[in-house]
Amino acid sequence: METAIRKNTGWRLFIQTILGRAYPRVVGMSREKSWLFFDIFLPMLSVSAYVFVYRAIGAPEEYIGFVVVGGAMTAFWMNILWSMSSQLYWEKETGNLALYIMSPTNLMAILLGMALGGLVATAQRALGIILLGSLAFQVQYALGSFWQLLLVFFLAMTALYGMGMMTASLFLLLSREAWHIANLAQEPIYLAAGFYFPIKSFNFWVAAAASIIPLTLGLDAMRQLVFPSGPALGFLNVRLEIFILVGLAVVFITAARILLRKMERLAIREGRLTESRR
Amino acid sequence: MSVEYSIETEGLGRVYRLRENKKKKDQPRELVALTGVNLQVQRGELFGLLGPNGAGKTTLIKILTTLLAPSTGWAKVAGYDVHRETVKVRPLINMVSGGESSGYGLLTVRENLWMFAQFYGIPSTEAYKTIDELLVAFGLTDRANTKSADLSTGLRQKMNIIRGFMTSPEVLFLDEPTLGLDVGASRDVRSFVRRWINENTRRTLLLTTHTMVEADELCDRVAIINRGRVLACDTPAALKHELQQEAIFNLDVSAQNGLEAAYFETLPGVHKVQLTPFDGHSQLQFILAEEAVLSAVVNTLTERDVTILNLTKREPTLEDVFVTLVGRSMAEEEKAGSNGNGH
Repeated sequence: METAIRKNTGWRLFIQTILGRAYPRVVGMSREKSWLFFDIFLPMLSVSAYVFVYRAIGAPEEYIGFVVVGGAMTAFWMNILWSMSSQLYWEKETGNLALYIMSPTNLMAILLGMALGGLVATAQRALGIILLGSLAFQVQYALGSFWQLLLVFFLAMTALYGMGMMTASLFLLLSREAWHIANLAQEPIYLAAGFYFPIKSFNFWVAAAASIIPLTLGLDAMRQLVFPSGPALGFLNVRLEIFILVGLAVVFITAARILLRKMERLAIREGRLTESRR
Repeated sequence: MSVEYSIETEGLGRVYRLRENKKKKDQPRELVALTGVNLQVQRGELFGLLGPNGAGKTTLIKILTTLLAPSTGWAKVAGYDVHRETVKVRPLINMVSGGESSGYGLLTVRENLWMFAQFYGIPSTEAYKTIDELLVAFGLTDRANTKSADLSTGLRQKMNIIRGFMTSPEVLFLDEPTLGLDVGASRDVRSFVRRWINENTRRTLLLTTHTMVEADELCDRVAIINRGRVLACDTPAALKHELQQEAIFNLDVSAQNGLEAAYFETLPGVHKVQLTPFDGHSQLQFILAEEAVLSAVVNTLTERDVTILNLTKREPTLEDVFVTLVGRSMAEEEKAGSNGNGH
């Protein structure tokens, strides 16, 4: 009895791979309920601390909304650091990376699957923080253009996860140091991206440099679109920020593709990326 | 005609560059893992690579599965060059390694297998059908919905093995597949492997093992590999037949003074001697040119105040073939390798 199985190739295989790799991330959330505590309750403590500081010093009420939205966005940054940038390194450790490389699929589809799964799962956490924060601190929103907000969010996430896909290969090439780099990048980005304050507070050039992180401009544009005094506190014009986010998305995704190929070539040539160190 | 071979290699070699150890500057900077390997495996064959840990088996498999570039020579799988035509090779192969922890612990057995099926483009309906059939074959049906993190090592390895067969590869590589499995589970895996190759006569299976019984029982042909070189390649029966002209004896002895295997090897007609401490006494294994040499061995033992407790003649095994080729047992060779005396 010869066993023959129909197998898709080309774009069908690409899409199947994305969905296949996204699946563990999405379904993982429903299996491991601890995220409700770690990813919603704990970030809410930081948000609360900033809210109380702003209220104590009599800051404008919009600042409370800024903090809640920023607090929600931290979930995406954590996801990028620990579940995108470090992911290929973990996959190597478990032996999955060798299986991915050996399979007929495209590694880019694997990374896109990780990104899609991560985005869907993290969006639920972010939404949880926004709902809880808005209710707890009675945040008032004044939405100008829903479609523009959706576009900014989509572009910011595309650029951000593109960045995560790029750094996934970089972290793998740096191997053991991945853990330390992720730790190192966590807090400084909380500051640079302006999670808890408008980045306009920075010197222009500092804010411009911080804009390399897609969340910086994404967050700034979203705040401008949902709060009445947002435009006055915004760093750049929303349209310009959209334009820059498109550029960042293209640059990061292209770089991810190039680095992924380089990583695979190096893995095959030197034999050290898919097995334990010699 | 090379296309008739499922696996073909010529002059295949692999050298690893080692990282500099600042504390041990005199250490070699290179490790020769594989050298001058020539193999031809026919379609439909169950081919075994037998050798101790560190012999180069995994390196060879990594090259054949497109995960590692050879330093010298070339290799073809299903007629395609594994280094230059990876895109053509990959849809046709799969690999399972012993003790691997692939997949995701939060997913169930069935979900993990479905996920890997997606990376091979298998439509979900067909994937589930194949997965369910294989779960039955491996006795894992009742664990289909168990999270893989909750499985024992043996059950997890069975899941990994299903992952390999699930894609119905033209060439399947099993790298120490029964590592960590208990006797019963190993037997189940071996019988499935044999059945699969019998039912799929155009498919090829390359199995690496350091278990003699596995190689002897399963493989159509076996290549014995040590320190990166293929030392012999033939059917298990033919390899053992080479030794059948010789006589193999096991002697359990009790010695007043110390025994040295090397001493007995100086006797005429004695090819190899292995000395193993055994349950308070010693076991000596002699490979002799002919049975008549035994009397000289017994006389020598008597002269040295050695009491013979038990003497048995036995048929040669693949272990004996290895000892004859290498000069020591596989366990001794592994020990020598781990002590830094390896290649």
